[in-house]
Amino acid sequence: MDFDLSDDQKMLVKTVSDFGKKESTVERFRKLRDDAEGIGWDRATWKKMGELGWLSIPFPEEAGGLGGSFVDAALILEQLGKTLVPEPYLASVVLGGHALWLGGSAEQHEQLLQPMMEGDTTLALAYAEPGIRFDPRCCATTAKREGDGWRLEGEKAFVQNGHAADHLVIAAMSDEGMQLFVVDGADVKRRTTKHIDGHRGAHVDLAGVVVPESRRLVARPATEVLERVLDFGAAATVAEGLGVAFSMLWMTVEYLKTREQFDVKIGTFQALQHRAVEMFVEVELLKSINVESMIRASEEGPERPAAISAAKLQLAQGGQLVSRQAIQLHGGVGVTDEHDVGLYFKRMHALVTLCGDEAAHVARYAES
Amino acid sequence: MDLSFSAEDEAFRTEVRTWIADNMPPHLAAKAEAAGHFEMPEIMEWHRLLYSKGWVAPHWPKEFGGPGLSATQRFILSEEQELAGAPPLSPFGLVMVAPLIMRFGTDEQKQRFLPKILSGEEVWCQGYSEPGAGSDLASLRTSAVLDGDHFVLNGQKTWTTYAQYADWIFCLVRTSAEGKKQQGISFLLIDMKTPGVEVKPMQTLGHTPAFCDTFFENARVPKENLLGPLNGGWSLAKALLGHERTLVAAVGQTRRTLRLARRIAEHQRGADGKPLIEAPHWREKLARLEMRLRAHQMTNYRALVEQQKGHHPGPESSILKLVGSILVQEADELCMELMGEASLSWHDEGAVAPFEQWVGPAFCYDRATTIYAGSNEIQKNIIAKLILGLPSS
Repeated sequence: MDFDLSDDQKMLVKTVSDFGKKESTVERFRKLRDDAEGIGWDRATWKKMGELGWLSIPFPEEAGGLGGSFVDAALILEQLGKTLVPEPYLASVVLGGHALWLGGSAEQHEQLLQPMMEGDTTLALAYAEPGIRFDPRCCATTAKREGDGWRLEGEKAFVQNGHAADHLVIAAMSDEGMQLFVVDGADVKRRTTKHIDGHRGAHVDLAGVVVPESRRLVARPATEVLERVLDFGAAATVAEGLGVAFSMLWMTVEYLKTREQFDVKIGTFQALQHRAVEMFVEVELLKSINVESMIRASEEGPERPAAISAAKLQLAQGGQLVSRQAIQLHGGVGVTDEHDVGLYFKRMHALVTLCGDEAAHVARYAES
Repeated sequence: MDLSFSAEDEAFRTEVRTWIADNMPPHLAAKAEAAGHFEMPEIMEWHRLLYSKGWVAPHWPKEFGGPGLSATQRFILSEEQELAGAPPLSPFGLVMVAPLIMRFGTDEQKQRFLPKILSGEEVWCQGYSEPGAGSDLASLRTSAVLDGDHFVLNGQKTWTTYAQYADWIFCLVRTSAEGKKQQGISFLLIDMKTPGVEVKPMQTLGHTPAFCDTFFENARVPKENLLGPLNGGWSLAKALLGHERTLVAAVGQTRRTLRLARRIAEHQRGADGKPLIEAPHWREKLARLEMRLRAHQMTNYRALVEQQKGHHPGPESSILKLVGSILVQEADELCMELMGEASLSWHDEGAVAPFEQWVGPAFCYDRATTIYAGSNEIQKNIIAKLILGLPSS
């Protein structure tokens, strides 16, 4: 057993952390969020992330990546979470990118994954549908063979980065089982949706979209790809959520040390101290299970889903204890949009919900 | 980053598992199978078996008779014993007083006490708390007044667990009323046969005779049984609390209790006649605890890896105590809940399945886990001050 980061990983963490502190503070997220004309993030920053290798690091060299692992992506996400960096790392690198990597051919990697890794395009994975909870084994969107291609019917909802993505990976059910297709963002009807955490996404209407056979992902069965990608996604929400929880904890501790009432610092009150300690304990448990979930995310076999579901439960229970108590301990100011703590609170909710919420992961673990 | 144990450590795990299976006497194995409560004579029987194998004091340095295992192997040794349901060794000699004797004792004290702690020839108990000194331990009042070559002791110690079996007791006593209350405390080693020492056992909530009160009435203790400096006992006490906290992560114990819960859920039936384990409600309850334990276990591994690197357990060990103690209780509570009306059974053989027999007493006794070894509230005070840096009032 060894939980030390390699020298390269330590360097990576430092670089991403510095980027967050110096170039992408919460203030930047807030500005991008409030720009009604924009997409909620910045293409030049995305390009820079590509140049730094952040977008290609988890992919193997034969797919055009830097040959790192998912652990590297998780380390990046943890740091991005600390200052709420809005670029679509989770949606594009982890969800869309991993679906293309696992499901795609060498040619598809070159055409669709490569430009994303370089920061020229972004991806999205469209799995959720209006009104139903998604299961990698079935969905309502259909795909029927038509000529040399496939005709899609159905709608996808709350597609993370779906509003801005150059390419969307679509899950659809055919007579032959679940299929994955890649469509161009410009070829589908999409309406930008505003999300609770200040991020944006899309409601996608696929009615009548015809996709050529060359845009079907066939390297592995689609259900297997989806199961693995959603596990990568779930592990990614935990890693980013750890960064979010970490910031909320220390922001709150700092507040307890400075805020005065009844002529004393409120951090002297034992009732509040113990509340802060409960937050700390949950962050430590989240840190622990994040280690297991990010390592096992690349494994096959039963320990992967077990570890990732356990991590997702800790995010839902522990992460949200942190985010709720952080608001409570900040008092009224925590309920204003001006204070940063509430922005973290909202991102925590989104991360808990994405790629399987508490109920879904507990049920999966219980049935295994 | 790597989650796996080395091949050498895995081989050690197999060795330990095989040895336990081959060497645990049938009457202990039967009680382990029933998740029963072990009494002191059974615990000492297991102690002597482990001693003969050289494994009784895995954390002791080689020079005092330790086996020279790595931190990971020590962890494996204790985890395998927990998983097998082996009698939990009495910590008072091996884990608590012995490291203090090694660190603060004179050569005579080391030679006099350590070999007999190791062999199990002498059993120890702890004299810390008093009726008026629990979490506020420094307010203790048992007095030791120097009279020639002896200290003369008067007072009462409580929660002196298994004192009725003990040959020796280590005590924090007041040797001075000067200065801050922490400053007048000394650490004494006391022969239980000393005239004026009297033990009164009391039953725990689980109806096991673990707790005792120990009274001192003009008990004369030789001066050379002072451990460490006169009036310097408080720093020994603090060193000891750190040791104790790493003991209570109780990962193996909780894993075992959750296995028992699964067994109960397979045995007890719902109104539909099907085993409870088939109902999503119960499966999810069990799953939630198993998942939480997984996060706790990873925290324990993180601490272990730090220890392996030679770092001493710091205030972070408070987390293991806080989370571990609550998980022990929640696992017990789930077992009780799964048993339904059968959970009313109380030390009544035959009323319930043999493996359900001890669930009630454990559920009761384990309320102690959040209280002993520094109550969870005290642990929270420690974290608030030493890790979060929150101000004192």
